[in-house]
Amino acid sequence: MFKYVLKRLLLMFCVFMIIITMCFFLVKLLPNEPPAAQPGSDSYNIIMMKREAMGYNKPLPEQYVIFLTKTLFGGDWGLSEKMYPSRSVWEVFTSKLPATMIVNVYTMILSVPIGLMLGIYAALKKNKWQDHLISTGVMVFISVPGYVYCFLIQYLLCHKMIEWTGGEFGFPLQMLPGNDYFSWEMFISLVPAILSLGLGTIAGLARYTRAELCEVLTQEYMLLARTKGLTRGQATVRHALRNSMVPIFPMILGEFIGIIGGSLIVEQIFGIPGVGPLYLDSVNVRDYNFYLLLNTFYTLIGLVSGIVVDLSYGFVDPRIRMGER
Amino acid sequence: MENMNISKDKFRFADPTRRTGDKKFDTKQMSYAKDVFVRFCKNKSSVVAAIIICLLVLFAIFVPIFCNTTYSESLTDTYYLKYSYLLPKAEIFVGTGFWDGTSEKTVNVNRFNMLNALEAETGYPAITQIVKDKYVDGNVEYYDVRIDSYISNGMDFIDLTEEQFKELQAWQNETGVQVIYPAVNVKAKDPKTGKELIAKTHQTDPNVWYATDSKGNPKMSNGEYISCYATEDNSRFQSLAYLDYYEYDSLRVDGDPAKDNPNADNGYIYALVSATRVGEKITCSYRVRVLLNNYFQYRYGHEASFLFGTNQKGQDILTRLAAGAQFSLILAICISAVNLFIGAIYGAIEGFYGGTIDLVMERISDVLGGMPSMVVMTLFQLHLASKVGPVWSMVFAFVLTGWLGMAARTRMQFYRFKRQEYVLSARTLGASDSRLMFKHIFPNAMGTLITGSVLMIPGVIFSESSLTYLGIVNLESSTMTSVGTLLSKGNGMLSTYPHIIFWPAIFISLLEISFNLFGNGLRDAFNPSLKGIED
Repeated sequence: MFKYVLKRLLLMFCVFMIIITMCFFLVKLLPNEPPAAQPGSDSYNIIMMKREAMGYNKPLPEQYVIFLTKTLFGGDWGLSEKMYPSRSVWEVFTSKLPATMIVNVYTMILSVPIGLMLGIYAALKKNKWQDHLISTGVMVFISVPGYVYCFLIQYLLCHKMIEWTGGEFGFPLQMLPGNDYFSWEMFISLVPAILSLGLGTIAGLARYTRAELCEVLTQEYMLLARTKGLTRGQATVRHALRNSMVPIFPMILGEFIGIIGGSLIVEQIFGIPGVGPLYLDSVNVRDYNFYLLLNTFYTLIGLVSGIVVDLSYGFVDPRIRMGER
Repeated sequence: MENMNISKDKFRFADPTRRTGDKKFDTKQMSYAKDVFVRFCKNKSSVVAAIIICLLVLFAIFVPIFCNTTYSESLTDTYYLKYSYLLPKAEIFVGTGFWDGTSEKTVNVNRFNMLNALEAETGYPAITQIVKDKYVDGNVEYYDVRIDSYISNGMDFIDLTEEQFKELQAWQNETGVQVIYPAVNVKAKDPKTGKELIAKTHQTDPNVWYATDSKGNPKMSNGEYISCYATEDNSRFQSLAYLDYYEYDSLRVDGDPAKDNPNADNGYIYALVSATRVGEKITCSYRVRVLLNNYFQYRYGHEASFLFGTNQKGQDILTRLAAGAQFSLILAICISAVNLFIGAIYGAIEGFYGGTIDLVMERISDVLGGMPSMVVMTLFQLHLASKVGPVWSMVFAFVLTGWLGMAARTRMQFYRFKRQEYVLSARTLGASDSRLMFKHIFPNAMGTLITGSVLMIPGVIFSESSLTYLGIVNLESSTMTSVGTLLSKGNGMLSTYPHIIFWPAIFISLLEISFNLFGNGLRDAFNPSLKGIED
């Protein structure tokens, strides 16, 4: 088991290094962008000095060594050259992270129980009208692209709500500024974004739970549990639900890691000052230091969530032996 | 033992000539494809989804062919801008207040008066319904009214050459549609007080043809507007306008003295002429006041009536959406086909040879699979967009990582089937590796691969629309658009003109839902183990 985990981690590290190396060289092959600051100004000089220190004028292999030692394992990602002139890229990035995470944490907290409950309910009422209703809704919300219900929610909750309540109440279009993430006002301003993000998660989770639970409910040990004298509720909760959680739990875990990455579109539409808009801007403005950092960040999240999901199967379900052929 | 008492006449001798075994089948043999088709048809929702997909595809193919695609013209012809934000209008709903190009709005008293005057002049109702009569909010009077967005576009000044002016007159005579409305004598003075009839601030407004007070509200006499049209006997206008070059022989508005009596010398003037002399040659320019809605009909050959409305550039959303849908669908189908091709070959080699080859090839796909699609896409855009254009760099990025899923499926199927006896027997008969791979094993994997490539189409459309929506890929150009571009252009107008974003959103939702249903139905139909379960 330990050996297998170690092997997977090593493999992940190799993949990560290859991807980052490719990213590094592809970005460095692009022509250097002039900084936004005026030549001769203080911030221009600072940026130029930083560039010199990062080896911009040296041959590529040398730059790569500097990148590995100083940046990737030293944590010095350089200075922002265009978006936040001469501010540390890492500092800006970490200041943006909480906003992204808070939205996604709220979303997960609200949508995981709802999704599970809908899925369980649909499975218990299989092929009755409740099941059909839930399944149809799930189908629609899984298929319809997330941004479409972003628009719908924005239109109804932000624009139309004010009309309906006679101008008294409407959800704000954008997230409130400031760092007061746990206040009630902030939560209200996040409701449209949470809804838009949550509907997809709820639908996905409900569909998965229903499918798993339906399968488990037809197993023979369920029949045995009933013949033993357990009530339907007892049998479902103690036997079926636990077993159906085996594939669902890793899925939830994977999503929890994925939340750090956030959603580009939702953050863009609802004006959340998070990592997503930073990434988009860094591409559009061509602030390569940001771009490199965020590429590394997204790659790492993807790889880590993949590996955690894989490994958690083994921890959740003792029948699965890791690394077995 | 009651069976012992069966009467004798119930028994008869067996017919020795009749063969009982090996009876020939009367029924036709059913091929795999037919079986799949029959089982697919049993799934009602998938069939409906297939029909909807067909309709959407037909829409994408035929609308750009049969409808005049205005989006390439609109870049050179800035006059389209005058027709921006027109609301969706279907002829059968006219007058119902639903989908007839009208919308409910709150207008202030100035705008309300202007729209009423427009109706008085042209006879076209700009305000179709008054929802809430005059009310005061703060210091300003408001009305809640239902406004026809086509008519309320109002009047505009345009400058014509002599030929254009004549052509327009001839067209008016032919069709009987009034486009040109009389010119206004903006300096007209009240004969009694000697004051100017039209307030200074409103003299350049093409919609003002009546006497106003200082705020621009119309002055009435006996419930009628006091018209300030320029007439031929108006001395001031004769000196300004080069009436020698003015000739109007076409439709005249009601109340024009020259309408019934062509020789009347106080008829209205329909164009202000300005002349410039270069050497001996005199060129005239005719400034006319046109009703925009009718002018559209003259200029573009069809009535201004848009089923899906127009966007902020005055482009017809129907044709624009169809063009975008065409692009998105073609892109998705091509990418899915290419991915199927690459993935099938790659996965087949992996699965068939196994061992070291498999290990090495799997590591390659590990690395590719580890790259977030957004990173791949942005890298390709940064590197290639300036060289091969945004579309091709997007295609490359989709293909680079898109085939991985296909390869994994194919590899799985090959592992399942390569040890089967029929493969061994074919090998003993001397079949080559490639023949074994593609003739004997591959057909088994066909079902899952087809399902996979169908389900890839909505995925590609979704990614493409999000990428263009986010602005990472910029597809907006004279000849091209995509659904994502339309969505991103409409997003800013969500509160004021939701129709711009509504149609692309509906289209893409419908497409995604039906493709998913269709793909699921296909998957079930291709899965032989589900046979007979649902019956």
